[in-house]
Amino acid sequence: MRNILYSYLLAFTTVICFAQETQTETDTTQLQMNMDAVYARPFMQVGKTPVAVGGYVEANTQYFVTDGITEGFSFQMRRLTVFVSSTISKNVKFLSEIEFEDGTKEINIEFAAIDFEFDPLFNLRGGVIMNPIGAFNQNHDGPKWEFIDRPIMATQMLPATWSNVGFGFHGKKYTRNMVWAYETYLTNGFDDRIIANTENKTFLPATKLNRDRFEESNNGIPLLTSKIAVRHRKIGEIGVSHMGGVYNKFQVDGTPLDKRRRVDVWAVDFNSTLPTKTYLAGEIAFVNVDVPETYTQQFGTSQLGAYLDVVQPVWSGLLFGWDNALFNAVIRAEYVDWNQDSFIETGDAIADDIIAIVPGISLRPSNQTVIRFNYRFHSQKDLLGNPPVKTGGFQFGISSYF
Amino acid sequence: MVDFKTLSFWSICAFGLICSFLMGCHDLLPSAPLEEDLLDGPVEGLTPDQSALFIAGDIAFNDEVFIPESGLGPIFVATSCGSCHAGDGKGHPFTTLTRFGQPDAGGNKFLNQGGPQLQHRAIPGYRPEAIPAGATFTKLLPPANTGLGFIELIPDSDILARHDPTDVDGDGISGRVNLIDLPDYVTPHAEAITMGGKYIGRFGKKAAVYNLLQQTANAYNQDIGITSTFEPIDTYSGLVIDPEISDKTINEVVFYLQTLKAPVPRAGIIEGKKLMETTGCTKCHVPQFQTTFSSVAALSHQIIYPYTDLLLHDMGPELDDGYTEGSALTSEWRTPPLWGLGLSKNSQGGKYFLMHDGRAKSIEEAILLHGGEGQSSKATFEALSAEEKKQLIQFLESL
Repeated sequence: MRNILYSYLLAFTTVICFAQETQTETDTTQLQMNMDAVYARPFMQVGKTPVAVGGYVEANTQYFVTDGITEGFSFQMRRLTVFVSSTISKNVKFLSEIEFEDGTKEINIEFAAIDFEFDPLFNLRGGVIMNPIGAFNQNHDGPKWEFIDRPIMATQMLPATWSNVGFGFHGKKYTRNMVWAYETYLTNGFDDRIIANTENKTFLPATKLNRDRFEESNNGIPLLTSKIAVRHRKIGEIGVSHMGGVYNKFQVDGTPLDKRRRVDVWAVDFNSTLPTKTYLAGEIAFVNVDVPETYTQQFGTSQLGAYLDVVQPVWSGLLFGWDNALFNAVIRAEYVDWNQDSFIETGDAIADDIIAIVPGISLRPSNQTVIRFNYRFHSQKDLLGNPPVKTGGFQFGISSYF
Repeated sequence: MVDFKTLSFWSICAFGLICSFLMGCHDLLPSAPLEEDLLDGPVEGLTPDQSALFIAGDIAFNDEVFIPESGLGPIFVATSCGSCHAGDGKGHPFTTLTRFGQPDAGGNKFLNQGGPQLQHRAIPGYRPEAIPAGATFTKLLPPANTGLGFIELIPDSDILARHDPTDVDGDGISGRVNLIDLPDYVTPHAEAITMGGKYIGRFGKKAAVYNLLQQTANAYNQDIGITSTFEPIDTYSGLVIDPEISDKTINEVVFYLQTLKAPVPRAGIIEGKKLMETTGCTKCHVPQFQTTFSSVAALSHQIIYPYTDLLLHDMGPELDDGYTEGSALTSEWRTPPLWGLGLSKNSQGGKYFLMHDGRAKSIEEAILLHGGEGQSSKATFEALSAEEKKQLIQFLESL
């Protein structure tokens, strides 16, 4: 793995050296759908070769206090992500995305897939793909967002960034003012960790600890992820997605261990720009998990999470030599309930939830770079609904494509 | 360079917003709850090395969640220590323990059928236990952890000073100690007093546990299904298996429990304190003790106010579940410490769940459930005026 990474970085460095002046900054994010996010990035093309490279970086500092106790300032190198894409031949494309999180604490191949375009309505994609559940999982590049932290719903309930090996199809149908799109993939799926983890709650991201999921399925049953979305050129985009399959290892060598237990996730995402230039983006998602009745209620059978981002441009113009610098005032509201069940013993609702509000400002010297200042406050209740743990703090960070 | 001509009202607002945030930092950063409103936290006066040990125990107790790979179960009650003792306070019916199989002082008749504790949950693929036919049982709400180290250091002699099984003093209270056998790994205290070769129990609803090491090793084993060198038998198979937790971790947790602070009394009503005495409540809920020597200076020779006598009392037929431990009768229960009572709701989801199984939903309801030796005090309480009852309850909530 390490050798592969070194080779990858060497190739990347080489490409950078020979890139010369052929950078093509194509920022088409306002015209693209969420499903296009993996290709809707600025790339540098290597001369007349079919290879293009790019990436982004995210770093920040933060100071948080939880119920009067602080660990002081931290400086974080959240992500360094490198993309390489190439047009292999006519109608055959390849793109890969390798991410280094928190320095080199986590190194992940988030995307490495080949696309075969048979028709705009029918494309075959295979390799390591990002399951199209909600919008954030596919459209998560740091420089695109005005907030330093990713949405809790997207990362702590849905397992963004959630990549798997698999195959599937995607396509689009254009009409005068609308774009219709679909995606559907079969991939390896979840495992028993989602209800047996040290988070002490049903936690889909726990499956990411299974490094073998890129090698073999946990139980031999593919995970089906499908999404349909529509974008009106003036109104915005809305998508509905589902991801579901059997998560548990129900048999070993033909010997049954348990019944087949499913996990199902439904998500609705949208984004729109109002006439006031106010940009809105949000998602709501529901998770249902078949948890054995004889297990502990600590691990809920249903979850709900949502977030809403509001971005209001407040000023644009010449600033420090940047022709189109842009200031935004932003706010995010988010909520996750990791356990929507009720206690068998009392009938009371189980809490285990968090509510957060994140106001801030951002400065964009260009579309591809952002300087962010966020204040974050969240209030988190335990399973029993005891007085919440309150956390507040300030974050300052930068993120840019390169 | 900034083109100041292009700076608009909005950019000034943004700058103002930043300044407001910075100036308002103090209000935007959540402040600490008052110390008197928290049950957790260390006793004052720990040395730096003791503080480090406390933190290690705190992490093991509150943060370590067991999963099948780390030894959970396969049959269990909870996945972590903290699951049953949120904020080191009392437990919730969700984590209530069920014990079965001992109807009298003659010992548990169902040890070969999973007794004494029911593990009513199981990891996927396993079947949890069920109460065997014919076994009597009781449900036990997890107690608060606060001040346990002080209670461990109440001298046996002080407990025995109130031991009066035949009510020689004629006050209607016939509290007695629960005499128990010690497991091999428990070392008696230097000042321990034995009676007929048995030791005085002081922890647990029936006072059937000698010290915090026994309580901790037993809870890991019976509640979470974790074996140790102290309790090496797997609750599912009944076989001795390799330890699933180190002695070091167990000792750290024991130290953590020993050095949790005692609840900080809050502003109470002096009339309520007087009523505690006039109603006879303090005959069993003894306000004050002094701890004996401890190698931890912060615990040594301290005056404490736990409001317990650590003795067994007959509480009447309504609280007799037909199950017992050690030499206690089924109707006998150890006087629970009352300190921290008013903060119980903060660990029980905003509601009271009081008495041994959480059946009382208010302090008044708990008082009215007292029978047997508590009958007289209950009758006196019932005769109080509404204002006096309120004063007494407010005092109890201030402990």
